[in-house]
Amino acid sequence: MSLRDGPFGDIRVPLTWSAAAALVIAAIIAGALLLGDRRETMKAGAYDTARHAVDVVAAPVGGVLSAPVRWTHDGLDFVRGYLGAVSENRKLKTELAQESALRDTLAATEIENQRLRAVLGIRTDPPLPHVVAETIFDSRGPFANTRLANVGSDHGVTEGDPVLSEHGLVGRIVGVSDHVSRVLLLTDAESHTPVLLVRTNGRAILSGDGGGTPKLDYVRSALNPKEGDRVLTSGDGGVFPRGLPVGTIVRGFDGGWRVQLDSDAAPIDFVQILLFTDFAQIANEQALAPKDLPTAMTEEPSQSIVAPGTPATNAVKGADAAAKPAAGKTAAILAKPGAVKPGAIVVAKAGVAKAITGKPGAVAATKTNVKAKPGTTPAKPAAKHAAPATP
Amino acid sequence: MTARGVGAARPLSPLGWLGIPSALSIGATVILAIPIRIFGLSLPEPVFPLALAFAWALIRPSVLPPFTLLMLGLFLDVFWGGPQGLWPLCLLAAYATVLSVRRLITGQDLIVMWASYGATLAVAFALGYGLMTADAGAMPNLVAVGWQYLATLLLFPFARWLIERYEDADVRFR
Repeated sequence: MSLRDGPFGDIRVPLTWSAAAALVIAAIIAGALLLGDRRETMKAGAYDTARHAVDVVAAPVGGVLSAPVRWTHDGLDFVRGYLGAVSENRKLKTELAQESALRDTLAATEIENQRLRAVLGIRTDPPLPHVVAETIFDSRGPFANTRLANVGSDHGVTEGDPVLSEHGLVGRIVGVSDHVSRVLLLTDAESHTPVLLVRTNGRAILSGDGGGTPKLDYVRSALNPKEGDRVLTSGDGGVFPRGLPVGTIVRGFDGGWRVQLDSDAAPIDFVQILLFTDFAQIANEQALAPKDLPTAMTEEPSQSIVAPGTPATNAVKGADAAAKPAAGKTAAILAKPGAVKPGAIVVAKAGVAKAITGKPGAVAATKTNVKAKPGTTPAKPAAKHAAPATP
Repeated sequence: MTARGVGAARPLSPLGWLGIPSALSIGATVILAIPIRIFGLSLPEPVFPLALAFAWALIRPSVLPPFTLLMLGLFLDVFWGGPQGLWPLCLLAAYATVLSVRRLITGQDLIVMWASYGATLAVAFALGYGLMTADAGAMPNLVAVGWQYLATLLLFPFARWLIERYEDADVRFR
């Protein structure tokens, strides 16, 4: 008797249905993961534990796999260079002739540039600290363009750091583990980089789409971009420093403007990670909020909190009585001991403090807002000199 | 069903028809992710688990392949650095497509099988394209999608080998 004729023959339909049920459950899990994905954000929490774990495990594997391949590649380069020496020599002679003409132009431009910088007082960007890393894995598909670099938080790398090859910008860091970090390439579909067109000084956004040449979005037609225009990072938004080389404008198959990346000129095996602090995002409101503040001091409108006989009070007592403060208004005044000259009257009016020298019509001190919010205090907690309204 | 297929059939153990092919596809994916260029060209980046999704749905319906594909897809996402959940959904879509029409595909000629495999890949890549467009807010490059589709299409012999090896292992689904 075959199995098909036996009791197992009835299991066929349930198995198909159970497979379908398993399929639905797995799809729901996958869909939930996709909805919760935040890989393009540069926040540390977005790079989850699973990604960290895979990166950490993959890094040594990649190092081992890459080494023999790189040696072979270096050997092939050597042989190719030897075989192509004659044509290379011819090409270099041509380039040298062109460079000689450019050298004079460059020298003149350099002098002019120095003069203009001196005139305008432009400061050059400070040199940025960086670390050099080796890329060990590379994904090149249409839906993900990333690389794994073999340095991590142990070298000070953080999310958002720009990554360059010797030719130009490659991308930015989106995930960091102890010894390895994930680089989101400019060609990734979720990469958007503010750039600057050198010739016209126009701004645009470089958007990856998984192909080799990312698109230039938001280019105004008035800028009239041309093939061969140089593209640099604009520094807008603070993610990248201004002026990093990106590439050259080319016309895409779709008729739109695209950028041939400088970093495509050679294999990206070694990269430079700039330890660049994004000043646009440095402000942490929680960290900046004052923590240990003294209790805000207030007073009853009709009663001073300053004991009679203090030096400051005495100074006020000896002041010119010609001043006319508004009766019934609170007088809460900021003043360092000794900051108010003898003979001066300090008057608070609707949250604005004025120190009046006593000379008719002369207002000496700056206006200082002393209105205190609950839980906060005026700038100088030590100052608690108050002058009661003197009729 | 070919005579060679019957002769090459193996008993259906989870390790044999799910575990080893999964390990092979992970290993091949890792090796092809090495960042080298040969004569200016990068290595291809086919989606090996798509061949498994096609083959597993034809071999027999089971509870295990969807979850195995879920894990393989998650591996692709974290290893390639893509949006998490993208490739699991694409793999499961391919599996569901083949599972729903497996009676029509099973036992067909090589060309028909290959065309079916190509159609299955098209479903998976179309879903991936749509999901990526929705996730990133921009349409991925069709040329890049086409290259990955072609590279994956060439993996059909791998899927065919797996089908011939295990399609007769469970007589209920002959």
